[in-house]
Amino acid sequence: MDMMDFIADIQWGNALYQLVIFSLLIWVVSRWALKPLLGVMKKREQQVNDNLDNAEKSRAEAEQYLEQQREELKKAREDTQAMIDNANKMSEQQAKEILDNAKAEGERLKEAAAADINREKEQALESVRDQVASLSVAIATKVIEKELDEDEQEKLIDSYLKEVGNE
Amino acid sequence: MSTVAALIVAIFSIVGARKLAMRPTGLQNFIEWVMDFTKYIITSNMAWEKGGRFIALAYTLLFYIFVANMLGIPFELATETDHYALWNSPTSDPVLTLTMAAFVIILTHIYGFKLRGAKEYFADYFRPSPILFPFKIIEEFSNFLTLGLRLFGNIFAKELVTILIISLAGLGTLGALLAWIPLAPWLAFGIFIGALQAFIFAMLSMVYMAHKVESH
Repeated sequence: MDMMDFIADIQWGNALYQLVIFSLLIWVVSRWALKPLLGVMKKREQQVNDNLDNAEKSRAEAEQYLEQQREELKKAREDTQAMIDNANKMSEQQAKEILDNAKAEGERLKEAAAADINREKEQALESVRDQVASLSVAIATKVIEKELDEDEQEKLIDSYLKEVGNE
Repeated sequence: MSTVAALIVAIFSIVGARKLAMRPTGLQNFIEWVMDFTKYIITSNMAWEKGGRFIALAYTLLFYIFVANMLGIPFELATETDHYALWNSPTSDPVLTLTMAAFVIILTHIYGFKLRGAKEYFADYFRPSPILFPFKIIEEFSNFLTLGLRLFGNIFAKELVTILIISLAGLGTLGALLAWIPLAPWLAFGIFIGALQAFIFAMLSMVYMAHKVESH
């Protein structure tokens, strides 16, 4: 009987009220607060993950790009060096060529000049010889006029020729 | 009083989740922190795949009991003659705490039955040995009683001592002047106990839930 009294003494109304209130609270909180909040938290987690992944990817890409640039720079430098070397070689060669040409030209000019001089000399001698011949003819006529013998005429011509050759 | 606590929890939660932003500020931060804490309580007892569904239960238990424990801290109102409390911690009422404990224990049975099937559920009473069956039955009742009465005992004792200290002030001028010396640390301790008991209640609820829901 005591047990029954005790059970009857319990404020069952309060207990039931509390049960209803608490169940209602769980439902309300879950429906209007936790579900949207969980969604946002999940979304944020996703976003952070994505961002981290993206950052990692960008970093790798940047590194690769940098490596590529470095490679290209190196190549460009090598190319330039090769070009400079080439140009140096070429200019040296050109200089040598020009010099050689000039030397050859000089030689040729010198030879041409010498040939000219010789030719002039020949011509001069030729004309002198012509003149001597005509002179000698003139002298001969004069001498013949003076009745010269052949010996004296020969001597005379020779002496004239010698004089002309020494000139 | 229980209604007031429930309203406070509902308002805080809903206002905190009203303007959801990817960069949380103010109240949303606080609510998210409470949720993370609840998550920690659940995951320290069972796998998240199984425990995730209990987050609403654990969150509400934790938050509601904390608020209920705090309600008695600032002041109390009671009628003089039959000591009917108008304003106190609702958790200092054994009917309320035992109702909550019964609610939780019954839920553990329901979910244990639902998630693991009848065979596994009943087999658990005879594990690891059939001799333990009566103890298992006793365990269920003792779980219910200790869960409810621990909360009740702590908060009731806190309120009782608070009332005793305050009644010192009624002893005369000296008492009124000196009553705050024990009262201040006692109320600080009361806040600590209130927070701790809320955590313990939510933690134990999840421990019992894990026992029923997880296969061993």
